[in-house]
Amino acid sequence: MKQVLEFEKPVMELREKIAELKKFTAESDMDLTSEIETLEQRLVKLEEDVYGNMKPWDRVQMARHAERPTTLDYVKELFTHFLEFHGDRLYGDDEAIVSGVAKYKGKPVTVIGHQRGKDTKENIRRNFGMPHPEGYRKALRHMKQAEKFNRPIICFIDTKGAYPGKAAEERGQSEAIARNLMEMAGLRVPIICIVIGEGGSGGALALGVGDRIHMLENSTYSVISPEGAAALLWKDSGLAQKAAETMMITSYDLKKLQVIDDIIPELKGGAHRDVALQATEIDHVLNQSLQELYDLPKEELLEKRWEKYKQIGDYSTL
Amino acid sequence: MLKDFFSKKKKYASIPREEAKQEIPEGLMQKCPNCHKIFYRKELKKNLNVCPNCSFHHQMTARERIDSLFDEHTFEEWDQNIITENPLGFPDYLEKVEKDREKTGLNEAVVTGKGKMQGFETAFAVMDSRFRMGSMGSVVGEKIARAIEKAKEQKIPFIIFTASGGARMQEGVLSLMQMTKTSIAIKRFSEAGGLMISVMTHPTTGGVSASFASIGDYNFAEPGALIGFAGRRIIEQTIREELPEDFQTAEFLLKHGHLDQVIERQDMKEVLTTLLDIHEGGAQPS
Repeated sequence: MKQVLEFEKPVMELREKIAELKKFTAESDMDLTSEIETLEQRLVKLEEDVYGNMKPWDRVQMARHAERPTTLDYVKELFTHFLEFHGDRLYGDDEAIVSGVAKYKGKPVTVIGHQRGKDTKENIRRNFGMPHPEGYRKALRHMKQAEKFNRPIICFIDTKGAYPGKAAEERGQSEAIARNLMEMAGLRVPIICIVIGEGGSGGALALGVGDRIHMLENSTYSVISPEGAAALLWKDSGLAQKAAETMMITSYDLKKLQVIDDIIPELKGGAHRDVALQATEIDHVLNQSLQELYDLPKEELLEKRWEKYKQIGDYSTL
Repeated sequence: MLKDFFSKKKKYASIPREEAKQEIPEGLMQKCPNCHKIFYRKELKKNLNVCPNCSFHHQMTARERIDSLFDEHTFEEWDQNIITENPLGFPDYLEKVEKDREKTGLNEAVVTGKGKMQGFETAFAVMDSRFRMGSMGSVVGEKIARAIEKAKEQKIPFIIFTASGGARMQEGVLSLMQMTKTSIAIKRFSEAGGLMISVMTHPTTGGVSASFASIGDYNFAEPGALIGFAGRRIIEQTIREELPEDFQTAEFLLKHGHLDQVIERQDMKEVLTTLLDIHEGGAQPS
């Protein structure tokens, strides 16, 4: 079952109509080629109109699309020799985060990312991509290893947030996130972070301290989910759509707020239309970022990382 | 209008309970929310806002905290002149900030500076939960990061007292990024050999507990303080079970290994001073 989002229904309907007409032409001897052509032209226009004018809420829906490619989908496209490694050596293995080593254009890298499931069964196993402390601690263990062996780190961000559960609190969710922020600040290897879906608050940030932060065009990055913001601010989670607009959570907003470096363009209709093609867009930006960072002296790398985050914020001085 | 004359509009305003509680401190007497005994405000103040009957730790303003810890006339305040902006164009945001500014006499939800504690010079940041629930926006993040940087430059320790509901919603992702900014500042300070002590007071939650509050060289808390990442209600909704009463209290965190000590307010100065003494003042290697 293909998931169709509300705002893209007109596109889908027209597409179906064209497919029907094509089928009809093939099966009967009526020639509808010119009608089909007209409709196809209209489709191009309609697609441009619909996907070119996406509202923040449309992008939220797109970022949460059931078929949206996950970390492992991109890993398959972008890297070779990927080996996944498990466990934080302290408590357990959190499958909401995948982590391992691979080669990128022939050079070793460490790859880490939030991992949602593709179906209910996998989602339960992966806790819908919402990590516990052991997930963040596994990630940190692998980051330290990357530093030791001088491999760049690539993080894919795709989570609703760190899991709000009893066990997570008992095991130190706050400390796990805080520790990652602090330790990532000092890692003496390049770190590239790419938001591929939802960048949900501290749970996203804990994989998000890097020398370059990029976002897929239809991904979001926010301090709180639109539903959460609406509930807190207006005591009504039904106002999520309004919150999505107010809170400035799209890639364009974050670029404007000078939080991210690049927006990675998405295919018309979203990344899930063609994972391989979408991966080439990521590849382009990733490659460029690594080229810029590979040969930077370590001290300069860290200094620039600090300067990058130091300037984020809006205030005035009397 | 004649219609208005007949309307059954209530003639009184109802005050939500929380606010009603807050109003009492302005008066002469104050009721302890824990044991319900009533005390003279002055008596309570003299006791560092700790209930003389049941030891309940009432919240302290930033100024009260500073006065209770630092030697007289040694306090120097930093960055009072940084002012909040409204990056998302959030309705009524600046008005609310202005109101809290007037109410508290502070420019934002944290006071930073340096002072001497029994002669030991130390930089500090003290959060004030009366100001937008102590939430962290750009100014709070910037002030804390600058205080840490100054501690690094001046080679003195850094002590933070947290009291915060977390990141400030009205500044969106910029608030979130203050977690990173402050954490990087701490990392740089730590690499230079700087001593950081974190004291979590009621409440320390969300983005503040998930950044600087939890990564001191020593992490302490006051008794009964609420400390945690996610809100209790959200957790209960998620896992559909009731949580133990002591969930996310300082004592709960101590039990689960996340704190070095829970320190009574009366003992705070002594423990901190002893620790500074053990660190021989906490000066960083040159």
